[in-house]
Amino acid sequence: MSLIADAFTLVFVAAGIAFFAAGTLGLVRLPQTLSRIHALTKADNVGLALIVLGLLPQAANVLEGAKMVAVWLLAQLASGAVAQVMAEAVMAETKATKDAAPPEEGHP
Amino acid sequence: MSLVFDAVLCLVLLAGALGVVTTGAARPAVIAFIGYGLLLGLAWVRLAAVDVALTEIAIGSGISGVVLLRCVRALPAEPLTPAPNRMLKPLAAVVSITIAAALAAVVLALPEPAPSRAADVAAALPATDLGNPVTGVLLVFRALDTLLEKVVLLLSLVGVWALSRDPACRGRPAPLSPEPAPAPSAFLARVLAPIGVLVGLYLLWAGADHPGGAFQSGAVLAAMGLLLVMGDQIRTPAAESRGLRLLLLAGPFGFLAVGFAGWATAGVFLGYPPGAEKAVIIAVEVAITVSIAVTLGLIVLGPPAGEERP
Repeated sequence: MSLIADAFTLVFVAAGIAFFAAGTLGLVRLPQTLSRIHALTKADNVGLALIVLGLLPQAANVLEGAKMVAVWLLAQLASGAVAQVMAEAVMAETKATKDAAPPEEGHP
Repeated sequence: MSLVFDAVLCLVLLAGALGVVTTGAARPAVIAFIGYGLLLGLAWVRLAAVDVALTEIAIGSGISGVVLLRCVRALPAEPLTPAPNRMLKPLAAVVSITIAAALAAVVLALPEPAPSRAADVAAALPATDLGNPVTGVLLVFRALDTLLEKVVLLLSLVGVWALSRDPACRGRPAPLSPEPAPAPSAFLARVLAPIGVLVGLYLLWAGADHPGGAFQSGAVLAAMGLLLVMGDQIRTPAAESRGLRLLLLAGPFGFLAVGFAGWATAGVFLGYPPGAEKAVIIAVEVAITVSIAVTLGLIVLGPPAGEERP
């Protein structure tokens, strides 16, 4: 039984690490701030979820497992809200620079 | 395996430190510094110093990082004229490297095994009724250091308030942002702040027997207060409020009062009354946590903007 649990843990944690690696790659390589935020929050969401799911069979008792799930939920809350705040700031900034730029030819 | 992890962590730490000083612009440097603080916290966890790790991440990286970010925003975007002395940066590098080398030499020169009072602390800890030796050292064996630390923290707030245009330091600190808070900030403040306050109080209570304590708890509570301010859920407090100033003074002066009372109850400055050590220690912890939380939050919010005109 513990062999199955260990295999489960290995597979899910490895998958979580893969998501984090992809998210980090996206954060470094993607061209726009909005797409970088998207990559980062996906890694937070799915990567952390997979790692927590993978570690659940290793928890000594229900309380320990509940704590790990709580960590995931709190990370969800923070990363989701912060991503929205940052995205709004980016939108406001681009709008401000567009407004400040001189109007293009042909526009009323 | 853990040796590989530690070696990689050391290399990443060095790279992070270099990244902080070699990044040209101020804002990326501060963000790198925050990341570097998180890595440093991980290093403290590897050294089994969880109390230090919590403090490093909450204060060294979190609160200091926010203060530095606000400083960067307050700086003018144009480079200063006249430009600062060109010798300044190399000089700072030389001083830093000399200090680091001297510290390394001193640490390497320690006899083997290094002198330690850990056994004394372990032997005397049962008398304090505390389970966490770090809390024992902070509040009992080296209480004087902790007391002075609280005074230093208060002085740093005095330094921030000295920048106020109002000589009597009245009014509220300028709002963090001129625009109303975006909806996600308000949502985050409403949902996360109650949980965060609970975590902060837990850290305070757990500090007696587990990693945690006044500084970590105060930092978390201060962060939750700032979150509520950023989410427009509470207004920044008015600096002339008597209650606010009492909260600032509760920790250092409460601790000092306990210290003087020690002469009467235990025959020594900063002694605790025999038989009631734990209760008095908890009372002191609560008082300094409140003061730390309020002081840290006000340091981030900045100097009061002067009396409001009706």
